[in-house]
This record gives sequence, structure tokens and C-alpha cells, in this order.
Amino acid sequence: MNHLSLIIKREYFAKVKNKSFILMTFLSPLIMAGLMALIVYLTSLNNEKERIISVLDETGFLNDALISTKYTTYNFLEGIELQSAKIITNDNAYYGLLYIPDLPLDLVSEKIKFFSKDTPSLTFVNNLESKIESRLKEIKLENSGVDLSKIENAKTYVNLNQESFQGIKTSKVSSFMKLAFGLASGYLLFMFIIIYGNLIMRSVIEEKTSRIIEVIVSSVKPIKLMLGKIFGTSLAGITQFAIWVILLGVLLIISSQFFGFDVFTTPQQDVVTEVMNNKINNSELQAFINDFRSLPILNLIIAFILFFICGYLLYSSMYAAIGAAVDNETDSQQFILPIIMPLILAIYVGGFTVLEDPHGPVSIIFSYIPFTSPVVMLMRIPFGVPLWEQILSLIILVITFMVIVWLAAKIYRVGILMYGKKPSYKDLLKWMRY
Amino acid sequence: MNNLLEVNNVSKNFGNFSALTNVSLNIPKNSIFGLLGPNGAGKTTLIRIINQITFPDSGNVMFDGELLEPNHVKFIGYLPEERGLYKSMRVSEQALYLAQLKGLSFLEAKKQLKYWFEKLEISDWWDKKVQELSKGMAQKIQFVVTVMHRPKLLIFDEPFSGFDPINANVIKDEILQLREEGATIIFSTHRMESVESLCDNIALIDKSQKILDGRLSEIKRKHKTNSFEVGLITKQKTALKKLISKRFDVTNADFKSLEDNLKLNIKLGLNDSSDELLSFLCQNSSVNHFKELIPDINDIFIQTVNNN
Repeated sequence: MNHLSLIIKREYFAKVKNKSFILMTFLSPLIMAGLMALIVYLTSLNNEKERIISVLDETGFLNDALISTKYTTYNFLEGIELQSAKIITNDNAYYGLLYIPDLPLDLVSEKIKFFSKDTPSLTFVNNLESKIESRLKEIKLENSGVDLSKIENAKTYVNLNQESFQGIKTSKVSSFMKLAFGLASGYLLFMFIIIYGNLIMRSVIEEKTSRIIEVIVSSVKPIKLMLGKIFGTSLAGITQFAIWVILLGVLLIISSQFFGFDVFTTPQQDVVTEVMNNKINNSELQAFINDFRSLPILNLIIAFILFFICGYLLYSSMYAAIGAAVDNETDSQQFILPIIMPLILAIYVGGFTVLEDPHGPVSIIFSYIPFTSPVVMLMRIPFGVPLWEQILSLIILVITFMVIVWLAAKIYRVGILMYGKKPSYKDLLKWMRY
Repeated sequence: MNNLLEVNNVSKNFGNFSALTNVSLNIPKNSIFGLLGPNGAGKTTLIRIINQITFPDSGNVMFDGELLEPNHVKFIGYLPEERGLYKSMRVSEQALYLAQLKGLSFLEAKKQLKYWFEKLEISDWWDKKVQELSKGMAQKIQFVVTVMHRPKLLIFDEPFSGFDPINANVIKDEILQLREEGATIIFSTHRMESVESLCDNIALIDKSQKILDGRLSEIKRKHKTNSFEVGLITKQKTALKKLISKRFDVTNADFKSLEDNLKLNIKLGLNDSSDELLSFLCQNSSVNHFKELIPDINDIFIQTVNNN
């Protein structure tokens, strides 16, 4: 067996057999699924809480506007003073009291009050406000002699049917899908780099502190050891990720059974479905499926794999170099920050600029800069990037990757045999010239 | 080709610091070569160059008649001074891993490992993790890892550190046996008594330069001062000393003996022989101690480094 595969094998099994790694692999999805289930459960609990609200409407404007629902009951009080209404509400432990004072229509909107023991939730207040607003508006319109049914008939919804000059149909929904793909792949790369880059760095530091490094580099070239470490750790990372995805899926299904509700239809989703049912008719659903089909799936997959691998290798070789330069993890902080910065920048540029304008100058520039291009380009591609741009960006990335690996290997070669002194950036530059 | 390793005019600088300046060494086959020098003299740099961990700025290294190249790594076994093992890995697993990195097949590595474990009577450590072993135990494993691929050239940097006297002796015997079996050994240490008892040849490096090298016996011969330590039984110590002083260069000596004798160090002149001294002493007293003063390597080391 050649050196590289031996090293990859050792690094892989050293990670995979590690107790804390195993624990993390199986515990994290459990914790995540647990948290998700808890959040879903609590949300449903919150929504199902029954609220009784006393309404003291001295004007009678709101009689028809506030209709009790399953969870919210409006208890109209009549013919009593505000003070006694407050007492009744408080004594019966109602959720709150809505007070509409007896004022003319054009003045009353300023004076409506809501009394409650606790501060009511924002959603609740918004909901109530919009109900009152629309009722008052209706009354005002009626008073000025407008026929409400005519207004109802005049309501128009516009949804632009988007189509490129080549005849490819898109829609807002498809934009969301592109956005979701871009964000997901960008964040995945970001997470992967941070988690497993750190793991590589720690494993380099471990070799230094255990003093085994000199024995090993007397058998293999340091660059082989470095690459072996990067590949071995990455394979362990992919294994962990795969297990997470599978376990999370299984756990979600199990927990949905266990808690007796369907996690895939949370109360929020009910609303969404409702909205979808109302607003999206069949033809739009068809467009949605077409959109999905018309996404450059093959391009996306290939680009994702290439940019992901190159981007990850670029960053992880820098992590390996840092591990070689320092003696312990505390010393590594000052070197990690400059590495993380472009990554965070990429996420920000990707998250804001690209989604705003995927083919604007900022997006284009950052999708060529090798330290940000993996994330930014992956976010841009769903919106349609010419092939030559992708290839050019990839070539720049690969060249940078090779230069960085070469430099990292130089730092690595010198750094692994340096003990004691915490190096400065000047030292690192010097090591590159040795 | 009598030399397994030839170092020719090797220089190495780290920035402005020069670690080796024009160092040349010949290491004969099947010998133990002591590489000596004060801390920071450049020994480790030289050893790392031989191991191809670092590379010389100028000069070259010949291994068994060929210019040193990556393929030679499998013929070299190196026990560095800064050494260790993966703490959470099983002893056997990592020994097999390291041996495979040196080019052994898995089966061959396993065979060799079993052989050495039985030889050193440590077979029950096979499944232990390194973190469960004591320092001395871990050092033994490292020794096995260094030798198990049967290298032609063995480089030991302070091989006895961390060993108790019994185990140090075990390792010393193993080193001697490896030489018997044909290995060439470079031995770097600050323990002069082990240099004395093991090395055939030595080289002394100080401030990046080689300041002394050759066969140990010849170096000693060169450094001897033609002095003798004698013990004489006599009733008139002062008179006898005076008498000898007239003929030879005499100083008082201090050594242990059972008799209350006159103890002297006598330095011979250029034309005197030890026979002359002995017969002169016999004529005037009864000799019960007569020993040539051979400088030990410790003295030579200190003297040469200080002169430098």
C-alpha cells in the first residue's frame, strides 16, 4: 500500500474510532431532533391556548367584526363602566380587555385601548389591530356611500408570468427554490469548513504535542502527511454528515409518531398551505414543477461537487498549516480569524447581494475571488451563470488551491518541527522561503 | 565501498543563522559512529538532513555509494530525541502503521513486530494503548519501531534517555547485536560513558562546524599526554619524590589504594619511554600501582570545545 492511502486510512480510523467523535455523531441528531420536536410541540401548545377577551365597545362598531374562533373567544360586555369591566376581566382571569370609547368615528381610532395582565404577543396585537382597522374602514366607506360589494369585485391580484428570452419560464416560487439551493449549499460548505477544518488543525497539533511527527516525516514527505490528513479527516467528516442526515430523517419520523402530530404540518404550515391553496391555482403548481425541472440540475450537481471539494481543500490546507505553526489550540486563534473573515464575507455577500442581484458587479467579482468563489458561485449558479464563467472561476480556484497547498506545505514542513515559540506572521513568511 | 554514508561539504542556513558549515563525515559500514557536540551545535540538523527531513543548502550526502534520494528512507531507521507515539492508538496498530510507512508489507511488519515483542518480553503490551504505558515502556516501543524494518543505517538520538539502568543495558546490548548483524549505527548522545563503551568512530561538531573526527582509539592516542599514575611504597616519601622530580615532571596524584603509598602523576619527556620510567622507579622503591593516563572522551570533548 502506498504512503498516502496508509495515512488516509489511519487518519480516517483514528477519527471514526474516537469516542467523542462517535458520541457527537450519534448524539447531535438526537439533540437536534429533540429540540425541533420540542419547538414544534411548544409552538402548537402556544397556539392551542384558549383566550377569552372581554370587549367593551361603547360605539357598537365592532359587533360584527370580532367573531369568536376555536381558541379565541370574544366576550362582549355591555352597559357597564370601564372600571367594572376591568374588574370583571381581571377576576375571571381573562386574557385581556379591549376598550372602544364612545367617540365619533373619525376620532375613535386614536383612543382604542387594550388592557391585559401580561404584555400580549406581537402577532396577537397585529391581528387584532388589522381586524379593527378593516372594520372601521368599512364603516367609513359605507358612510360615504360606497358599495362594498363593488370594492370586493374590483380586487385584483397580479402575478407576473416571468419568462426569459429563450422561453424558459420562471416564477417567484422558483426564485425561492434557487435561493434555497444557493443558501443551503453555501452554508453547508461554510459549516463543513469550520467543523472539519478545525478537526484537521487539532489532529496536526496532536502530532506535534505527542512528538510523533519527526518519526513520521523521516518516512514520508510532509506534504503527503498533510494531504493524507486532509483527505482522511474529510472522509470521516462525510461519514459523519451522512449518518447525521440519515439519523435526523429517521428520528423526525419517529418523533412525529411519538408526539402524535405530524411534524411536517406545523400550525404555520397549515397557514402556508391555506395561502397556497387560495393563491396558487393549478396552473401555477404546474409551473412550479416545471421550474424545478428547468433548474440546471446537472450543472448544479457537478458545480456543487467541484466547488465544494476545491473550496474545502483550499481552506483545510490553511487550517493544516496553522496547526503546524502553533503548539496548542489557544495560539491558533490569531491565525484562524483571517481565514474565517473571507468565509463570513462570502456568506454575507451570498446572502444579501447575490439574492438581490445575482448578476451584478459585486456578485460577479466575489464569484471570481478564490476565497469567496466557492460559496458565492454556488449561490449564483441556480440563477443561471454561463458555463465559461463557472469554468474560469473554477480554474482560478484550482490554481489558488495549488499555490496555497504548496505554501501551506512549506509552513507545515518547517512548523511541525518547531516547538515552544509561538510564531508571528513574519516567521510564517520566513518559513515559506526556507 | 567502505563507507555506508558520506557527508560531503554540507552547509545549511536558517535565515541568518548557520546551522552547518561545510561539514564532511565518512561513516564506515558496520560501525557505531558517535556524533557529539554541545547543545545547538547542529547535530540534529545534520541528522535531519540524513533523514531527508530538511535539505542542505550546498553539499551532498551519499548513501551506500548513491546520492541520497527518497527511496533510501526505507533503509534508515531513526529514533529522534523529540519522540512520541499516538497516545490513543493501540501499540501494535501504530507499530504496524509506522513499519508500513517504512515500506514493510502488513504481514512482514506483523512478523517482525511479534519477533521483537517476544525478544524484549513485552508481548502482553500488544493491545494496550500508549497512554496506558509508562515512559520507559513507550521508549521501548519506539526502539522496536526504529529497528523493526531492519534498516542498514540506524540513527539513535539519545536512545537511553528515559530508561532505568537495567533497560538501558538491554537496549545497549540490542544495539551491539544489530551491529553484529551488519547494521551501521549513528549514535548521538551527551552521555560520554556510553560513547566510550559503544563507539568505534566519533565526530565532534561545535558551532556548526566539525572540529574533530576519527577512530575513537586514535583520537585518544592523539590526546594522551604521555603521563602515568604511579603508587610507590616507601618509608621516605619526600626524599623519593625529590629524587624522581630531578628526572621527570611530577605532580601529586589522588587515587584510592589499600596501602599508604606515595601517589604521583609522572609526565614523560619526548624522548622517555615507559620502560625507562618503570625501571627507574623499581630501582628506588617498590611499585604497587602503574597506569597510563588515557584521556577519557569527556575530557577530550570539553577540551576541544573550549579550545574552539
